[in-house]
Amino acid sequence: MKSFRRLVYPYLVWAGILIVLPMLIIIFYAFSDQGNSVIPVKLTLDNFVRFFSDPIFIEVLGRSLKLALITTIICILLGYPAAYIIARMKPDSQSLIVLLVTLPQLINMLVRTYAWRGILLNVDISPEIKVYIGMVYNFLPYMILQIYTSLSKMDPSLVTAAYDLGCNERLAFLKVTLPLSVPGIISGITLVFLPAVSSFFIPKLLGGGSYVLVGNLIENYFVTTGDWNFGSAISLIMALVILISMYFTRKFDYDKEAV
Amino acid sequence: MNKKRSSLSKFYLVLVMAFFYLPIIYVVLFSFNSSRSLSNFTGFSLQWYQKMFATRAMMESIYYSVLIAVIATLVSTVAGTIVAIGLSKSSHLIRQVVTQVNNLPMLNPDIVTAIGLMLFFSTLNIPTGFGTLLLAHIIFCIPYVMLSVTPKLRQLDDNVAEAALDLGCTPFQALYKVIIPQIKEGIVSGALVAFTMSFDDFVISYFTTGPGINNISTYVYATTKRINPSVNALSTLIVIVITLVLIFSNLLPLIRARRNKNEETA
Repeated sequence: MKSFRRLVYPYLVWAGILIVLPMLIIIFYAFSDQGNSVIPVKLTLDNFVRFFSDPIFIEVLGRSLKLALITTIICILLGYPAAYIIARMKPDSQSLIVLLVTLPQLINMLVRTYAWRGILLNVDISPEIKVYIGMVYNFLPYMILQIYTSLSKMDPSLVTAAYDLGCNERLAFLKVTLPLSVPGIISGITLVFLPAVSSFFIPKLLGGGSYVLVGNLIENYFVTTGDWNFGSAISLIMALVILISMYFTRKFDYDKEAV
Repeated sequence: MNKKRSSLSKFYLVLVMAFFYLPIIYVVLFSFNSSRSLSNFTGFSLQWYQKMFATRAMMESIYYSVLIAVIATLVSTVAGTIVAIGLSKSSHLIRQVVTQVNNLPMLNPDIVTAIGLMLFFSTLNIPTGFGTLLLAHIIFCIPYVMLSVTPKLRQLDDNVAEAALDLGCTPFQALYKVIIPQIKEGIVSGALVAFTMSFDDFVISYFTTGPGINNISTYVYATTKRINPSVNALSTLIVIVITLVLIFSNLLPLIRARRNKNEETA
């Protein structure tokens, strides 16, 4: 079986060049200035100073995190009951419902968001709520499917055992089912929170031009302004904020497993 | 009491499904609208379909979306499964390193992965286009395949594969006959995730594609600045194709199973 180890080596090279190196290039751009034919590129912290000294940038970052956090919470609250109900159905109905949840997901995300723009066009609610509807719509299936997967993997006799040992239904759920589905919730969060922070076309299509997020900022600096150095710095700041929040989520998961 | 709760559960599921299918119903309905309006249905017409089929860029975007999703899914499912199997037998250190590196594109927002690749291609003077777009999709799909295969591998009993080897299987046979069938569920869901990710992707495609190469996402993004009901026709076409593919792929095993059963009883 040890011979299978060799299967990993080509991927180490692939990942080093195509995953790690691009990240290093972003870091290099973030810590340097543009330079030109006369002045060579030099290392600098100017991009970061510029970001943190302007309250508008901080506000945009905060708004993006708030949007992602609330979207994730709504997805867990709406998705968990749905996943739980599906996991307790007959196997045949389960696969049918999973199929029905998956189907809209296979239809392009931009296309679905475009449809919501039409539906909400004449509905009198704030642009912010429209953005939240679009976000939850796009990310809820990921959450349902992740939680469902972990629930359906669960051995049902564990719950029966909890009943035999004197648990009532609520207690059995809190002590057995819920803890065992935490990995599903965690991977659900990974699939919802991350794209939610970076998303920029849902706010753009549903919120109109008024709702600027970090993603819109980065897009502007790369596509419109062409200031790749400052754009890289913003991306790096956003990535760090996200990695820190994910670190705590994952740590929570490992702590749970350790118990 | 139980009955009441069961119908409540069903009602909740119906609500969730209604939420999921509302935009799809809307898109299909308004693709047949006779006016440009996106909120009033004024009458039946096929003009948006005519416009769609007449717009070459629109048809090309469908072609590229499907082609890239299919190739990226095939490549990343095979590669991701193989690497995940190798990884399950590797040392703790290698496992940690690969997991952390894979976390980069999964934990990083798409836009960071996207600009990383864009800067990478530009640094190496690689012209962006179909090749870079496809490569980018394969890069971000592999970790997702590994993510869904790895938990299945962890549940595997190592002794079964060892037993296969003891009984005279070569490592490749053990892989093909013992390990793969046991993790099939993980591979299938991995492939499904990869396909969805690729077909759905906008952000990474937006930054890694070149002039003239658009998938559906980048095409729609470029045209939504003004109202364009042809997009509804395009969406309806996607809905129909995907529904047919799903029905077909789900019915086929059923029909086959029934036929086998009939042959057995006959």
